[in-house]
Amino acid sequence: MTRKQRRLVLIGVVGVVLAAAVGLVLFAMSSQITLFRTPTELVQQTIDPSQRIRVGGLVEVGSVVKGQDAAVTFEVTDTANRVPVTYKGILPDLFREGQGVVAEGVLQNGVFMADTVLAKHDERYMPKEVVESLKKQGVWREGEPGGPAPGAAKP
Amino acid sequence: MIIEIGHFSLILALILALVQSVVPVIGAARRDNAMMAVAPAAALGQMLFITISFGALSHAYLTSDFSVLNVFENSHSLKPLLYKFSGLWGNHEGSMLLWVLILAIFGGAVAAFGGNLPKTLKANVLGVQGWVSVAFLLFILLTSNPFLRIADNPPLEGRDLNPVLQDPGLAIHPPLLYLGYVGFSISFAFAIAALLEGRIDAAWARWVRPWALAAWIFLTAGIAMGSYWAYYELGWGGFWFWDPVENASLMPWLAGTALLHSALVMEKRNALKIWTILLAILAFSLSLLGTFLVRSGVLTSVHAFASDPTRGVFILGILCVFIGGGLSLFAWRASTLQQGGLFAPVSRESALVMNNIFLTVSAAVILFGTMAPLLASAMGGAISVGAPYFNTVFGPLFGAMLVIMPFGPLLAWKRGDLRAAAQRLWAVLGLAILASLVSWWLTHGGPVMAMVGIGVAFWVLIGSFAELWTRARFLEVGVATGFRRLSGLPRSVFGTAVGHAGLGLSLLGIVATTSFQSETITEMKPGDTAKVGGYEVTFNGMTNQAGPNYTEMAANMTVRENGVEVFDLKPSKRMFTARQMPTTEAGIKTHGFSQLYITLGDPGQGADSVVVRMWDKPLVTLIWLGALVMMAGGMLSLSDRRLRVGAPKPARLTTAAGSSS
Repeated sequence: MTRKQRRLVLIGVVGVVLAAAVGLVLFAMSSQITLFRTPTELVQQTIDPSQRIRVGGLVEVGSVVKGQDAAVTFEVTDTANRVPVTYKGILPDLFREGQGVVAEGVLQNGVFMADTVLAKHDERYMPKEVVESLKKQGVWREGEPGGPAPGAAKP
Repeated sequence: MIIEIGHFSLILALILALVQSVVPVIGAARRDNAMMAVAPAAALGQMLFITISFGALSHAYLTSDFSVLNVFENSHSLKPLLYKFSGLWGNHEGSMLLWVLILAIFGGAVAAFGGNLPKTLKANVLGVQGWVSVAFLLFILLTSNPFLRIADNPPLEGRDLNPVLQDPGLAIHPPLLYLGYVGFSISFAFAIAALLEGRIDAAWARWVRPWALAAWIFLTAGIAMGSYWAYYELGWGGFWFWDPVENASLMPWLAGTALLHSALVMEKRNALKIWTILLAILAFSLSLLGTFLVRSGVLTSVHAFASDPTRGVFILGILCVFIGGGLSLFAWRASTLQQGGLFAPVSRESALVMNNIFLTVSAAVILFGTMAPLLASAMGGAISVGAPYFNTVFGPLFGAMLVIMPFGPLLAWKRGDLRAAAQRLWAVLGLAILASLVSWWLTHGGPVMAMVGIGVAFWVLIGSFAELWTRARFLEVGVATGFRRLSGLPRSVFGTAVGHAGLGLSLLGIVATTSFQSETITEMKPGDTAKVGGYEVTFNGMTNQAGPNYTEMAANMTVRENGVEVFDLKPSKRMFTARQMPTTEAGIKTHGFSQLYITLGDPGQGADSVVVRMWDKPLVTLIWLGALVMMAGGMLSLSDRRLRVGAPKPARLTTAAGSSS
């Protein structure tokens, strides 16, 4: 085999692996991407019930209701609109009414069925999506690290 | 006073780094011995001053000097001593100081142990090391100075360290990870120095490999430690979340693994030179990217602690200079490097090329997935890319690599015999299928993908030792002679086998845990019993207790198997007094390689009931034990004589070794 043929074999193999990788990426990007939506967008848009969604906002004060067997319902708000969320499992340690939260799951018949709930990891940190969501509603106060009035929301 | 000395030392270190980044490089270009000799002195001096600086900040932390802003924000006088110390790198400023300390230690190590390096190469390597150092010292002094004082009325008490970071795992995780990240700066410096000189040979690879290997071992340790910490401390029971920050550590690991293998080809066969240089640049670039992602907060991550966008811009600048500069230099100078040895499409070299292709493509798809949300937001969309994407894309690519992995060591250099290799692997294939069938029988018919996964894990695990088996020829020459043959093999052969086997073990743990774990979420009141896996867990009630800087509510759980009491578990919730922040401490019991894992949630509906989440995770510890085994493999390779023998004087050393043995 000449040097040139060897190089062709190598390029061929690289091409096959790359093509497979691109194929996998395209497949995954078309079917397995989670869209981020604000509560207002969820209320206003029609959402495919099989589409995975992340919704971010604040936990509505007074909306957390504990049900049977570790089930819990609460509402996520961006102060303009609210979306009811159901979840079964253990809420994060820093899950609080009036604090930022991101829920991941699907929207069915106007109810958000979450399988994952993320809250702040640190009291000074606010999920970026929540900040974006609140900025859209004009309730974000710039210059306050950790979001709107972190001190006021402490338990 | 001590704090000011620390600050001043850091500035002195910056000045030395500036000298180190200019003088030796000019000296190397002019062949000026005096100028080149500046490099080791500057590197050692820099190490000394950064150590003083680090010592000063440690002193402030250990003595709880709350007049220092950084200590005030991240420490508390009641904190246990270990966490007072580890609090230093539990925050942005301190962790960057640790970063440059490790960089300086690596630079000092090259200066001290690089005696048998060619003079110009050593000067250039230390010069490049100096550039990295200047960039990060400037970054610390200009945007993240840990030595700032609180001017008036220093507070009496600190704000405490984020409680989830108050954990032994997190005390050692960042230093290990940084040793890995920063270790790749050495191979980067070697790559850039080679490009500057326009000369590269097998000796270069022999020099780079131990550094890359050491960095890889630390990075493996750091990732495994971080994964185990997240597993037991965050209480989600998962070991990997495909979070941007985790990906940021996995990408340099993949590139670094590829670098180890391609440097092997270069050392043995003088081929793949340009590619090895490129990988050395990429591994460090991805490490820098990791630092940027963690420190800038551009991506949403569960790990993103308080972050500051202006710092992000600075690190982005550093990133552009080093990645852009490195790659431009590569594009400009790579063609001057001599092409090396030829090899057939079926050969050890080709197998290692395949390994490289799969590893770099895997790193690329992870990079794409990690950055996709940024791209989308630049185009006005908002998406998040999570585990489903990464599992779909990374799984098949990495899986394909694992399937071909056992072939590699069985192929000869230059021209291999695929059929002979396949014949030797038939037995391995048989054993892997057998293991898969046994697992199917044990789990009463598990899912097909789990069986395939277990088969692949055993294929890798057993296949790793095929080379040793072949070389020992136990069947032909008998056990005693076989072991004698094995003892004559270089350690790196064992390193390869053990390292590969470690990967197989980790895979076995991952497949077993994800496919066969059982989970129960339920609300329990005292006296209730719930079932998880083969266990019955009884909740006896809560007890309150106090720790040094927290109060704790622990649940007393009795675990029974077939009615017989086997052990107790005490999962708890802690409330850290200083920050009024709760954390969950999972109750974990290791039995064999498996673990029973219980975490507490919030109070339930009833008066004294509590939400409980329980998992029985089969073989879960293998995930991290596998990483330990991989590290052991790396250390075996590192201890191989050939890596310690200096390249420039091969003739003399061979005769010396010959006469002594």
